[in-house]
Amino acid sequence: MDTPLTRLGRTVPGHPLARHLGLALGAGAALYFLTSALSPYNDFEVGEIALYVVALSGLSLLTGVNGQISLGHGAFMAVGAYTVALLMNHTGANFVLELLAAVGTSAALGVVIGIPATRLKGPYLAGLTLLLALALPPIADKWSNTFGGDQGLTTTVPTAPGSLNPEEWLCWIQVLGALVTVVLLANLLQSRFGRSFRAVRDNEVAAALAGVHVARTKVLAFSISAGCAGLAGAFLGLSTGVVSTGEFPLTLSIQLLAAMVVGGTGTLVGMVWGAVLLVYLPQWSTSLSNQFGLGTGVNAYLATIIFGAFLIGAMLIAPSGIQGGLRWVWQRARGAMSAAGAATNVQHGVSQGST
Amino acid sequence: MLEISDLSVSYGAVRALSSVTLTAEPGAITAILGANGAGKTTLLRTVSGLVKPRSGSVRFDGEEMLGTAVERIARRGVAHVPEGRGVIEELTVEENLRLATLWCIGRRARGAAMAEILELFPALVPLRQRHASTLSGGERQMLVIGRALISKPRLLLLDEPSLGLAPMVTATLMAILRRQTEGSDMTVLLVEQNARSALSVSEHAVVLNLGAVVLSDSAAAVAANDELRHMYLGF
Amino acid sequence: MSLFINITLNGVSDGMIFAALALSLVLIFRATRIVNFAQGAMGMMTTFIASTLLNRGLSYWWMFVSVLVIGFVFGALVERVLIRPLQGRSELNPVIVSIGLLVVLEGLAGAIYGNASRGFPAAYSQSGLTVGHTKIAFSHFDVFILVAVLVVMGALLVLFRLTSLGLRMRASAFAGEVSRLLGVRVGLLLTLGWALAGVTGALSGLLVAPTSSFSPYFMDLVLVYAFTAAVIGGLESPVGALIGGLITGLAISYVGGYLGSGLQPVGALVLLIVALMIRPEGIFSRPPSRVV
Repeated sequence: MDTPLTRLGRTVPGHPLARHLGLALGAGAALYFLTSALSPYNDFEVGEIALYVVALSGLSLLTGVNGQISLGHGAFMAVGAYTVALLMNHTGANFVLELLAAVGTSAALGVVIGIPATRLKGPYLAGLTLLLALALPPIADKWSNTFGGDQGLTTTVPTAPGSLNPEEWLCWIQVLGALVTVVLLANLLQSRFGRSFRAVRDNEVAAALAGVHVARTKVLAFSISAGCAGLAGAFLGLSTGVVSTGEFPLTLSIQLLAAMVVGGTGTLVGMVWGAVLLVYLPQWSTSLSNQFGLGTGVNAYLATIIFGAFLIGAMLIAPSGIQGGLRWVWQRARGAMSAAGAATNVQHGVSQGST
Repeated sequence: MLEISDLSVSYGAVRALSSVTLTAEPGAITAILGANGAGKTTLLRTVSGLVKPRSGSVRFDGEEMLGTAVERIARRGVAHVPEGRGVIEELTVEENLRLATLWCIGRRARGAAMAEILELFPALVPLRQRHASTLSGGERQMLVIGRALISKPRLLLLDEPSLGLAPMVTATLMAILRRQTEGSDMTVLLVEQNARSALSVSEHAVVLNLGAVVLSDSAAAVAANDELRHMYLGF
Repeated sequence: MSLFINITLNGVSDGMIFAALALSLVLIFRATRIVNFAQGAMGMMTTFIASTLLNRGLSYWWMFVSVLVIGFVFGALVERVLIRPLQGRSELNPVIVSIGLLVVLEGLAGAIYGNASRGFPAAYSQSGLTVGHTKIAFSHFDVFILVAVLVVMGALLVLFRLTSLGLRMRASAFAGEVSRLLGVRVGLLLTLGWALAGVTGALSGLLVAPTSSFSPYFMDLVLVYAFTAAVIGGLESPVGALIGGLITGLAISYVGGYLGSGLQPVGALVLLIVALMIRPEGIFSRPPSRVV
């Protein structure tokens, strides 16, 4: 699929990995200058956007590319967050190892849920993951001694090097995490794994006949997306400084779904739009409700209502989300340009994967 | 009487019917013949309202049918037995039949109508309480034709009723069809790939090829036309 | 031993409530092949409206009847406005729309009614009945729950099995196009299916509210328990909803009684996974239909 991003990428010659790394480095550099210029609070927000990009990218892979719906990704985020918090409070382990552990535990839970999920179609899988989202937080409440109960567990960001202020440092950790995740996923999507994911989504029987191990593919997709959510959860725990069950209600899982759909299911770039929505919608809805003079009690709920409305609206009107809309515009523009007689690139038959 | 004028139907970019014009008289069976993909099924589905045409008109007894909802067309006395028979498997034979009577026959008369159809298809009698999923191909065909006839339709549309049936069963069904049509005021459109058996019971035949009418003539004339039979009908 | 009996009785009355909501899910799935994840939230909304009606001075039984009617209309509205436009597209879209609706309704309830915790009255006394000399964990209200759900179930069975309307509804659910060709007004009947589901959903809300926290989220767990019940019984079967409800209710009750209430949702999760692995089509499912 030809988009401005892939065309830009093709200016860097050679292997897809080199392309993705190049783009990531470019994005990284741009963000570096951006964050240096921004206030600490804005840095905090950029970091939040980054962590949601991680979570949403995993979800986009699972639902858009592999065709499995999940209403329970908030639970995987919780697992990652609690893993990091527990390790921080009880061990002095290396920070990167702690993050990897978060990815590991949530990926492991992803396998546990992914296995029964292989036999389930849409609504059944939705129901199962919905139950997961509701079932996990009470476990932490039950063993409140270990999990910190209502007040939760505290997290500490490792000290920033030199004169970097802590918000910028955390933002950088999160942005780096997002860049690494997106590069890895982009490569994965272009590899044979990506093809297997898509094949299983489109037609399980045909995929099996073509030699794809359907169940393994589905579990792998589930596990990877759960791992992404776990990393995002760990980052979220670092951002808020505290990990408690209140951070992971059912609404979080549904907001992730909504953000993915609005951003563009199946894409990676679209997840940036989705993450922006997740971070800024509460603020926008608060100012909206203030404008209309609705009480403060309404503010928290207004954001939820808008997310739900977006979800409904997207399904009814624009199922391919923002990124899909942008692609449509881009294709119209290209059509107009090539009609003007410019030399056209021959469209490759091989899918470019999603960016 | 059914009058189709200049009917054109497209599925996206694919032309399924091109300016089809034909007439079908009551009390007679009109066969619609042609190879796979000729547009025969599309024609029936357009008449019964399942498909919206691009242009043209379909008039039955002077009334325009296009643009009306499927269930309203059915209630005007149009019975369409679709491709694949359309047996409702999860219901019993009796429930399948009863379903067709609900809008047109008062409760008392339903029993009589049911009895009439069972007289026509006595093989269905022992099967009344059986789930339709357990029926054989021939039994299913009897069920759906019985279900179509029970509402005393003015226009009967049959899509490949002989498909998958043994020749003996086909012959019996065609004979029943012919007997029911003659002397009644029912108009029958019979779509068939098995042109031979269709021609043996129809008065009139229309041959479609790639969505257009290539011939419309009496059944006898079409059957006698060797060249045409070879080219479009395969025998 | 008496603990076991009380836990069992709890399980029965909980199970009946799950069965009521599971009935809604079954009704909609039979009519439209969709799982309506917003069904619990719809029941929550009608119960909040019920609370307002009671505050305005309406008597309990008038409120009861009114809320069932409101549930009926609500169900019909949701089908016409949100679900009908999605007909024919991917089967996942209506599921996602129902999730969106769930969230919108919870947000609306929170925004309109606020956070203040409130109680909701029960139709009858909630103190345990006395059998012999012991008080058991089954109250007048629990009897009411049992009777109400059985009555609704019975009415639905009569509707589906014995009436012409029920025959039309079943035909519409199994074979929409063929039914239309037979003159059945399929669209209207789909709306009716959703409307009836709205009634049973409203009923389950009224039955749950007295024993719950009565916040915008009070039906969330009930919904997933009802979903588990419906899956166990077979998403197409009203009787299955009842049996599945009882099984789920008892399972949850034992988990809660012996392991702690925090583990109940996990218990349901395990139960759901087991059910989906062993017999995903449910206990009372019909043989899979093939198109001939």
